Amino acid sequence: MRLSKLTRRDVLIGSSALAMGAAFSTGVMSAAPPASAITPELIAAAKKEGKVVWYTSVDLPLAEKVAKAFEAKYPGVVVRVERSGAERVFQRIGQEYGSKIYACDVVNSSDAAHSIVWKKQNMLEAFVPEDVAKFYPAEHKDVDGQFASFRIWVSIIAYNTDLVKKEDAPKSFADLLDPKWKGKMVKAHPGYSGTIMTATFQMQRDLGWGYFEKLAAQNVMQVQSSADPPKRLALGERAVMADGNEYNIFEIGEKGGPVAPVYATEGSPLIIGPTAVFKAAPNPNAAKLFTAYSFSQECQQLIIDVGGLRSVHPQTKDKPGRIPFKDIKVMKDDPAGVEAMSDEIKQRYSKIFKV
Amino acid sequence: MTTAALSAAPAPRKFGVDVSKPVLYAFAAALCVLIVLPLSWLVLYSFTDAQGALTFSNFYRLFTESTFLEPLITTFIIATSSATICCAVAAPMGWLVARTDLPFSSVVRALVTASFVTPPFLGAIAWEILAAPNSGLLNKTYRAITGAGQDSHLFNIYSIEGIVFVISCYTFPYVFVLVANSLDRTPGELEDASSILGGGRWYTARRVTIPLVLPALLAGALVAFLQAMTLFGSPAILALPAGFHTMTTKIWSLFQFPPKPELAAAASLPLLILTVFLLRAEHMILGRRGFSVVGGKYGAPRLIPLHRWRWPASILCLMVLMLPVFLPYAALLNATFSPVATTFVTFKNATMHNVHFVLFELSAASLALKNTVILGTATATIGTAIALVIAYVAARQAVPGHRLLGFLATAPIAIPGIVLGVGLFLSYTRPPFVLYGTLWILLIAFVTIALPSAYQQLRAAIRSIHPELEDASRILGATRLRSLWQITAPLLRTGVIATWCFVFVGVMRELSAAIILFTSETKVISVLIYDLNESGDLGAISVIGIGMLIITFAVVIAVNRIPGFGNVRFRT
Repeated sequence: MRLSKLTRRDVLIGSSALAMGAAFSTGVMSAAPPASAITPELIAAAKKEGKVVWYTSVDLPLAEKVAKAFEAKYPGVVVRVERSGAERVFQRIGQEYGSKIYACDVVNSSDAAHSIVWKKQNMLEAFVPEDVAKFYPAEHKDVDGQFASFRIWVSIIAYNTDLVKKEDAPKSFADLLDPKWKGKMVKAHPGYSGTIMTATFQMQRDLGWGYFEKLAAQNVMQVQSSADPPKRLALGERAVMADGNEYNIFEIGEKGGPVAPVYATEGSPLIIGPTAVFKAAPNPNAAKLFTAYSFSQECQQLIIDVGGLRSVHPQTKDKPGRIPFKDIKVMKDDPAGVEAMSDEIKQRYSKIFKV
Repeated sequence: MTTAALSAAPAPRKFGVDVSKPVLYAFAAALCVLIVLPLSWLVLYSFTDAQGALTFSNFYRLFTESTFLEPLITTFIIATSSATICCAVAAPMGWLVARTDLPFSSVVRALVTASFVTPPFLGAIAWEILAAPNSGLLNKTYRAITGAGQDSHLFNIYSIEGIVFVISCYTFPYVFVLVANSLDRTPGELEDASSILGGGRWYTARRVTIPLVLPALLAGALVAFLQAMTLFGSPAILALPAGFHTMTTKIWSLFQFPPKPELAAAASLPLLILTVFLLRAEHMILGRRGFSVVGGKYGAPRLIPLHRWRWPASILCLMVLMLPVFLPYAALLNATFSPVATTFVTFKNATMHNVHFVLFELSAASLALKNTVILGTATATIGTAIALVIAYVAARQAVPGHRLLGFLATAPIAIPGIVLGVGLFLSYTRPPFVLYGTLWILLIAFVTIALPSAYQQLRAAIRSIHPELEDASRILGATRLRSLWQITAPLLRTGVIATWCFVFVGVMRELSAAIILFTSETKVISVLIYDLNESGDLGAISVIGIGMLIITFAVVIAVNRIPGFGNVRFRT
């Protein structure tokens, strides 16, 4: 999949790439190291370390599946998944580094702004796996080789098909403000979830804070993780989710769960989840091996097939039955914008939604 | 004992060094550091701004901004209502169990113990599965039976009423234990005297029994109030989805990025001050309780026959106990084997998927379990040891200043878990004691939290042993430590084991301090469950929760099997 297929409108691609490029680079010259292949030496060194600690915000069952697939491929290296919301992961790493605790090897955040901060603070190791160097589009890898896009997805609206007929389902964010949805919606929290932080940034930019003020008056059920609204829909606890992960909706729906996605006419917030290795990683070789694996065609196909995520690896194939990514109207992503505004977003959000 | 004393005899006293005093002073110093250090940082932080300059602005914000005032008011409403409900339920139940010929009264006591040891956050999640307005099993059943529409529901757990209910479910045992213990101790002769003088049954109850038990009931109300006020898990699980904060969740949210420790410290102080104030009030009320046992040994109180009310009363008690025990446990069990947490398990849809996930895929589980077991064992051992020494010193008045030691051991009861967590975080993330990120900081927190109840249990156990046995040993030349080891220790064995187990169980259910202090390497089971709840993985929670309950009950049942400890009760 090449980037030109990623987004529908070329204008968007151009500006998005520009923004990413600007955000991802600190200088004009690239300081990226040469591509690293998975060598027998790396595998041996990783096995000697025996473990890798992966901080991530990927939905837990999927994260554990990636971990198990890696362990099966490289026996002798055990992955410990530390999953929480991206904003929590960010806080955890900050708090731990502040106390000189270096526990994290590899991080994958759903808030692309975090990589910018960590890079600025000189915390990331420059490491370019072969797959990234060969296949990943330029706007999905840092010019200095410190991170690249592990996964891509959108935050969407969805509904419970037992509770809502298809023709009655909302079509747009504006539809969610209809009084008929009062008390029937669930949404996730930008103070916890990087997906929702990114989505809230894009939506306040494109729709204005007024949208959220009206949404708050709709009496929404407030959960934390962007993986939770799809699960609450599947339980039948609420009829509609105002935001949440597209990939959980695929995963639940394809197993026969009563959920269906809606791609809002205003556009769906585009979420990019970069992966990076820490300089202070306690298991540096296992960290590199795991990172190289996670960018490989094999792992990227796994997160598509099992997880419902999207990949920028051109050798991966979409799963039939899912809407191709290029057909989705997305909002423009802007990690640097998120970084500049994240504290304000948290503050305003908790003022509007009370929690 | 005789041999022990005799073998001690040849050692002439002048060669034996009595190290007890230095040991005891070391204990006092250690306790002071444990308690005073975090509280000092807490106070200091609350009066400084982010740059470290002296300011009152934290408190100004606390009492003027609605984002702080609203949680304060909500917390007060929740605590008051919970305390009221706890008393209304637990007092009659305590009386029925202690004073009447209620059938199955031992079952009722056992079930109260079960609700006591159930982690409140687990109960809250189970009640989410039961009474979420649309997907809750009870609401589904209600709609299926009545044919009511999709929008109608009986219960909404995501509400102040829901939170009050869930908190009451796991707080009423405190009141029950206090009331039932007080009634157990109240001499029956006083009531007999009233009957002999012509007082009817209700007249006696009104003029004799109720006044006798009133202090215990008021104390119970205060303890319930404090519990409801300082609980973190239940409001975090139920209030946030409903869109409001309580004080504990607000303090915790101030620790989220970007962290504002000075505001968290300021927000902690009202909880601390209110707790100290209420405990003083409790002390004043309970201080008067002495009159009820004046006069020494009385016979066991005569049981009041309930006649035709026996069975209805028994059934009513068991029905009330369905709420904290049977229903939530059933919900967890259902969610364990169900494909979706709020679908009823049938033979057709039953799945081992959740069990498999927790046992073979959840990579954080083994570390969390290991940490919990290490911390539980260490806390129980160290906590019991410290409490034992202090209880001994206080009971035997062994050194000057024993009263201070006793006070220090009970003082942590006034520090809510989350407040202690904030204080310890501020104390041990900076030199000279950088303990954050290690199990030590959690150990300190858990020992501090466990100390008051361990101390009270062991003091009661020591008071039941007459000092003359030790005196005999000391007359024969043993040092105090030696007679302690050879005479007192064997006699205290059962009490010590019981205390150890209760501290261990207490560690498993601790969330409010752990949630502030954990790092990825030092995560415990309670925090793992909380994490899983935030991402909505109810199936995994149910499996872990049931595992926790099995361990807890194994410990409780083991304690009850110890001869002579058949009716040990938790003290708080």
